[in-house]
Amino acid sequence: MISIDDLHKSFDGNEVLRGISLDIKKGEVVALIGGSGCGKSVLLKHVVGLMKPDSGSVTVDGKDMSMLRGGALTGLRERFGFLFQGGALFDSMTVFENVAFPLKEKTKLSSHLVRERAFREIENVGLSGSEYKYPSQISGGMIKRAALARSLVMDPEIMLFDEPTTGLDPVTGDAILNLIDACHKRLSFTAIVVTHEIPGVFDIVQKVAMIHEGIILAEGTPEEFMSFTEPVVRAFVG
Amino acid sequence: MIRKLGAVTLGRLRKMGIMGLFLFKAFFYSVVPPVKVMRVLKQVHFIGFQSTMVIMLTGCFAGMVLGFQGYNSLRQFGSDAFLGPAVGLALIKELGPVFSAFVVTGMAGSAITAEIGIMRISEQVDALELMGLNPYRYLVVPNFLAMIVCMPLLTAIFDVVGIFGGYLIGVKLLGVSAGVYFGEMAAYVDMADVMEGIYKSLSFGIIIIWVCCFKGYYTGIFTGFGAEGVSKATIQAVVMSFVLILVWDYFMTSVLF
Repeated sequence: MISIDDLHKSFDGNEVLRGISLDIKKGEVVALIGGSGCGKSVLLKHVVGLMKPDSGSVTVDGKDMSMLRGGALTGLRERFGFLFQGGALFDSMTVFENVAFPLKEKTKLSSHLVRERAFREIENVGLSGSEYKYPSQISGGMIKRAALARSLVMDPEIMLFDEPTTGLDPVTGDAILNLIDACHKRLSFTAIVVTHEIPGVFDIVQKVAMIHEGIILAEGTPEEFMSFTEPVVRAFVG
Repeated sequence: MIRKLGAVTLGRLRKMGIMGLFLFKAFFYSVVPPVKVMRVLKQVHFIGFQSTMVIMLTGCFAGMVLGFQGYNSLRQFGSDAFLGPAVGLALIKELGPVFSAFVVTGMAGSAITAEIGIMRISEQVDALELMGLNPYRYLVVPNFLAMIVCMPLLTAIFDVVGIFGGYLIGVKLLGVSAGVYFGEMAAYVDMADVMEGIYKSLSFGIIIIWVCCFKGYYTGIFTGFGAEGVSKATIQAVVMSFVLILVWDYFMTSVLF
């Protein structure tokens, strides 16, 4: 479904991605791990077409993201959900308004149905009672949950999670991972999870890929990953 | 050395190109539906209504200063009867559009840059794009249309209050006849002068919203990241707007009128 082929990207002469190749099948959840600043988030932004590669390609169902423009790119993006590291909630809107926003703007549902679906999604992520709070009035974990509800409300086929547990305490971090797992079971989306939550994330993914020095250093199932002897992988997995 | 100079020049040209393209897109999405009408009205309230009191205050004092200075200068030539036209023409053709533009830049333009800048650095603009929504339609076009509506109206309010300020000083304090003040003004200020002021205020409004939205939209790309990036973007937006307003004012006055 998603195919990343020999992806290169530099910023001011600093080559962050040096030939990343990775294939993700439909319905698969892949964990992307690696040291801070190794280019995981940059890779995610290429997948969704927010960044253009210097060379190489990202194809989604055979369509090259870097070649798409205008309506074609917008159409493909509508199949994505993206959970940003900081949530990226609209800070002038309440939790309910944030979750209802894509429905109001992208569908012709009546306001009654919009309200019903938004409330159901907010309930699914365990935020009932916080519908009318603003992002500045809720905790980091609640912001992630609200952002997750907003990204799921349009029933995306592909979900990208950019460090969903960063900055959260271990209990809340585990709760977010369990929530992602539950959503995957409910919606069967294809997903990439960029995370440092190791080995916790191994329970909810089918594949793990590790980026090191701009390339995919190791790739395999969680079980295979735990048995890799590569020193860099061992140092990371523990 | 030459290579460095070339790189800087190319960088500037690229930035100017991006800025020009930004203005083109703002115009394009303003005339091609759908337009977010409620957001436009909200911005009309923000830019227009919230600036009105300050516009009236500055307009009144600008007119009062003109009343004093105009009277003192004209009296030396025995021409104090021309105080009305002097105040009216100065306000309608120059001071009204320019002062109003400065006030709106300080009050609304800077706030718009900061708001869009914060949305940019906190990835809210990216979130809009990833929802398949066009950020221009949500962030730029409503401000653009609201400014086109508000700027001439605010300038008109500034002019009227300024003329009243000049009246207070010239007529009520310094003894110029009210009939002479308004009569001579009506004789010397014609519709072409009023239209000149309106054209200027409209173009100043476009300059302000173009620069302020652009600086906010490209926070983190041209002005550094985080709170410092937003701060730099806001300062640059205000300074660049002021300079462009004065340069464009000179150009319009010397070439077009």
